[in-house]
Amino acid sequence: MTAEARSAQAGYAGATRYRWYEAVPFIVAIGFYFAMPDYLSLGSRILIFVLFALSLDLVLGFGGIVTLGHSAFLGTGAYVAGFIGAYSPVSDPIIQLLGAVLAAGLVGFLTGCIILRTKGLTVIMLTLAFAAILLELANKASAITGGTDGLSGIQVAPIFGRFEFDLYGQTGYLYCLGVLLVAWYLVRRLVHSPFGTSLTGIRDNASRMHAIGAPVYWRLVAAYSISAAIAGAAGALLTQINQLVGLDVLGFEPSGEVVVMLILGGVGQIYGAFLGPAVFLVLQDALAKQFPEFWYLGIGIGLLFVVWYAPTGLIGLISRVARRWGRP
Amino acid sequence: MNPVSDLAASLISIGFYGISYAMILYVISVGLSITMGMMGFVNLAHGVFAMAGGFVLSICLARYGIPFPLALAAAFLSVSVASVALERGLYARFYGAGELTQVLFSIGLIYVAIALARLEFGTQAAPIMLPDYLKGQVKILGHDFPTYRLFVIVFGFAIAFALWIAIEKTRFGAFVRAAVDNRAMAQSIGIDTRRLFTLTFALGSGMAALGGALGADVLAPQWNYPLEHLVYFLIVVSVGGFGSLHGPFVAALLIGIADTLGKYWFPEFGAFLIYAATIGLLLWRPHGLFGACS
Repeated sequence: MTAEARSAQAGYAGATRYRWYEAVPFIVAIGFYFAMPDYLSLGSRILIFVLFALSLDLVLGFGGIVTLGHSAFLGTGAYVAGFIGAYSPVSDPIIQLLGAVLAAGLVGFLTGCIILRTKGLTVIMLTLAFAAILLELANKASAITGGTDGLSGIQVAPIFGRFEFDLYGQTGYLYCLGVLLVAWYLVRRLVHSPFGTSLTGIRDNASRMHAIGAPVYWRLVAAYSISAAIAGAAGALLTQINQLVGLDVLGFEPSGEVVVMLILGGVGQIYGAFLGPAVFLVLQDALAKQFPEFWYLGIGIGLLFVVWYAPTGLIGLISRVARRWGRP
Repeated sequence: MNPVSDLAASLISIGFYGISYAMILYVISVGLSITMGMMGFVNLAHGVFAMAGGFVLSICLARYGIPFPLALAAAFLSVSVASVALERGLYARFYGAGELTQVLFSIGLIYVAIALARLEFGTQAAPIMLPDYLKGQVKILGHDFPTYRLFVIVFGFAIAFALWIAIEKTRFGAFVRAAVDNRAMAQSIGIDTRRLFTLTFALGSGMAALGGALGADVLAPQWNYPLEHLVYFLIVVSVGGFGSLHGPFVAALLIGIADTLGKYWFPEFGAFLIYAATIGLLLWRPHGLFGACS
């Protein structure tokens, strides 16, 4: 995808007012709630990964930072929310969520300050290494994290003291949707702000941004920290929905899969982060258990296909079709 | 036993295991370093070639009873030839592409490879049947060393020496060095860089296969090999610095020995030490120990 094509789709220069189709993901999500009451746990998982992919889109799509270690922040959020719920008397889900957001944001800031001093492959390497270190720490500190058995006994009170997490996952689903709505609004505002423009500027031509005096390093650190905080929120939701934290939240799998989801959906366009996880997780739910080999083969070929023919992902394909039909 | 000779014995043993592990890491990663330095290609799928080498060795030994040295050669040759097809057909299309595209492309390749490996070999590690003359122990200066590990060390040093000769003393090596330093300039003075890339890629992949085959006894060939060991190969390459020959050699020695040391003496830290040291080193020298500063 060319830089021009990307900036035309999003950014300060693009249209910032809301279009009708931007409501589609949320209408679909509410429709899903009423139409598929038996699949709400899958639905919540999709919403959480949409949130996670949205956080990745901010750094990967708009900031151009290639990371393979984003699960570091998902995991930090998940464990911090779990620690608050399991070891402190605070069982309010919103406070747990905020705690996770702060902690993940802080870890994002600290690691970002180190990682973003480097470029290219070294960045990828360091993101991988930090995620691996956190995984190693969580594994060794089994006295507080529960190690491979996972962290359990997490207390989560009803939301606002009224809406209890029920067995069918109805409250959980709507809670995830609410958090996603807030994060979506935030990311959308951010992307269309001068800050977002400078971010796409750095992605497309960092030396020119240096030349016009933009604080390139600090902008990237800021974007990385915000993205980490949002990923932390996704982790907290994961903890609260399952009331269990397993070591796998810090592993390579979520990091790799979220990149794949975002790319399949379409990178740097906000809504790719909605479409990708939905398609990926529904297919995974249907295929991965029975035919793991073909599932991996499918992801691999899908990725090669997207890289080759459709660099703007599914969203790009849809908008191409829509344009041919004469709609925006 | 007095504590001093205990310590000495433990150090010798750590050094020995560390160096043999390092040689495996080196032979696998050196190709990655060269292709990355020369073509600027972020090839995360390099481990696929190492896995393929391990599987070829296993098949040759277990199914067809081919002698060990011939099986090693078969691993090298078959993977190099296959990699030429991959390079011409797929990789070459993404040489000029951005980093993200290359990362995604190579992750796509990894997924395809692990799916195929799982279809063909299942989830069990492939068995490696070493010949009798490589089993057992060798006694040197009063210490017992496993013969196979000793073989790996000797073989690794031999490969390093052969590569050094090939890159520093031959015409082909001069071409490679020129292309690593400045691709455009190399092309303009009449070096066919396109062909050079293919040859180097084949050589690098073949080395990975050789390393994978050689190390199959330590890093067992199994379906998720390319993902499981990815970080270690990347650490060797980025600590050593892209495009250098001795970089990965020194980095592999450092990491092989440090990792073995950590596992013997501080098992509670696990791989933590290696990652922390890597991060520290890359902060100090972002281009690696021997990388060219841009």
